[in-house]
Amino acid sequence: MTTTSLPASLDDVTATAARESADFTPRYWLFSLPAVLVIAAVIVFPWIYTLFMSLQDWKIGGGSEFVGLGNFMDLAKDQRFVESMGHTVYFTVLAVVLPIVFGTAAALVFHREFPARGLLRTIFIMPMMATPVAVALVWTMMFHPQLGVLNYLLSLVGIGPSAWVYDPGTVIPTLVMVEVWHWTPLVMLIVLGGLAGLPKEPYESALIDGANDWHMFRHITLPLVWPFIMVAIVIRTIDALKAFDTIFVITQGGPGTASETMNIFLYLQAFQFYKIGYASAVVVIFFIIIIMLSLLLLYARQKSKWNA
Amino acid sequence: MNRIAKKVGFWLSVFVLVSPAVLVFLWMISLSLKNELDNTAFPPVFIPNPPTLANYVDVFAKNNFALYLWNSILVTGGAVLFGLLVGVPAGYGIARGKAHKFAVLILVARMTPALSYLIPLFLLFQITGLVGSITALVITHLVITIPIIVWIMIGYFENVPMELEDASRIDGATTWQAFRHVALPLAKPGIVVGGILAFIFSWNNFIFSVVLGGKASRTLPSAVYNSLTFEQISWGPLAAAALLVTLPVLLVTVIAQRQIVAGLSAGGLKDG
Repeated sequence: MTTTSLPASLDDVTATAARESADFTPRYWLFSLPAVLVIAAVIVFPWIYTLFMSLQDWKIGGGSEFVGLGNFMDLAKDQRFVESMGHTVYFTVLAVVLPIVFGTAAALVFHREFPARGLLRTIFIMPMMATPVAVALVWTMMFHPQLGVLNYLLSLVGIGPSAWVYDPGTVIPTLVMVEVWHWTPLVMLIVLGGLAGLPKEPYESALIDGANDWHMFRHITLPLVWPFIMVAIVIRTIDALKAFDTIFVITQGGPGTASETMNIFLYLQAFQFYKIGYASAVVVIFFIIIIMLSLLLLYARQKSKWNA
Repeated sequence: MNRIAKKVGFWLSVFVLVSPAVLVFLWMISLSLKNELDNTAFPPVFIPNPPTLANYVDVFAKNNFALYLWNSILVTGGAVLFGLLVGVPAGYGIARGKAHKFAVLILVARMTPALSYLIPLFLLFQITGLVGSITALVITHLVITIPIIVWIMIGYFENVPMELEDASRIDGATTWQAFRHVALPLAKPGIVVGGILAFIFSWNNFIFSVVLGGKASRTLPSAVYNSLTFEQISWGPLAAAALLVTLPVLLVTVIAQRQIVAGLSAGGLKDG
């Protein structure tokens, strides 16, 4: 087609290039316009409005009054909120470290070739896709202190029954267990993506040097996939901070307030006590943490040269 | 000898990795196929004998399950379709216009907890009288579907070579035609991936429907949760309902495993 009038099209190319630099952005912005409008309405407007609400003493049914940073001051003094932050940190640390360790180990396993790998990998990633509420209901039944299957399985290997989510001391580790079950597959997939791109040469020369498996993992594999593990760590941190569905369904923050994380605290303040302004202040704090972690994620992704 | 030991060790680790997933799902199936007596027996009955479908019949007969299923289909279907309609061109616009700042905004939106959108949207829907309507839920689920679709489409359009569109424009195509007839067909795998992930995350969403859904408009996850709190707990029907809720998602996972893996490693991340 273009070969019939070569000189003309060459002119066109330069013309296009000139136009390109002139109105490159406006031309393509039109494609984004509908999404921009929708995002402004359902995403950006809530952000700004939340910021506005966080500065008000606002109860549903009551009036609202401007209190400046009053809500944030109150939060700092609110024992229940401070404790909920402690629970969030405890939960998050465990719910990041354990999936990273297990997920990396799983990636090393699934990186190898073995029979039925595809099928087993599909089974392995199923927890990640399953509806959290549905799974949480089954866990709740499994945690039942008298009739639950978990205590029975423990008794088979000679371990006494656990109170699981019914004891303030074990409730957070138990919820972490559910989170680990849910999200280890995501870490596995991310690290597996890193392993797929590894060069072969270092391993060949290491073998010649007589290195064993552990040495090769420690000194070749781990440094090379580390950027991917970093990405996984940031994503896990954000997701662990966001954890809500399973905690809400299984314990609703209980027993007492023993598993009340920031998320649960925020939900209860907003939709049980209707303290909209107060809850919005929690959202703002949350949002600042998420933005910082998102920027960290962008940085980590760039380092992993992880092309979409 | 050493090689055999290694092989046994390897398969043992595969077994350890896969068994938690297998255990939970099998137990879910087992609970759903047993009568109430066996479900509350101790030591637990593992294999339903004889298996019964009574729990599934129960779910449909007593709980308006069909209505909630239809609600879920409407909400997720609406949010995914509308998300694709505005999200795919947006991904193209951002990729070609190199609107990196907008891309960061999308990422932050993707990372923000769903919970944090609830208060302002709840107030908004209260003012407009939409609380408890399917429309309100569809609009809210756009918070989930649009960012993931846009984010994935950016990646796919960036990988469509610009030269092809340039060539078509030399032949007189407008920017729209270049998008519609050149870039869009080439990015079709991305549309599939984005659509599937948006479907899964929207289907699984729980909290929006808990707060914004009415008795007649709630979606499956919150409907099943409500049956837990308001009725005498009976494990069989609950397990059957839970299984039915998550079944569509698990089927999609099995069928479209390759696309899902591709999408998640392309940075689809997860939702929450």
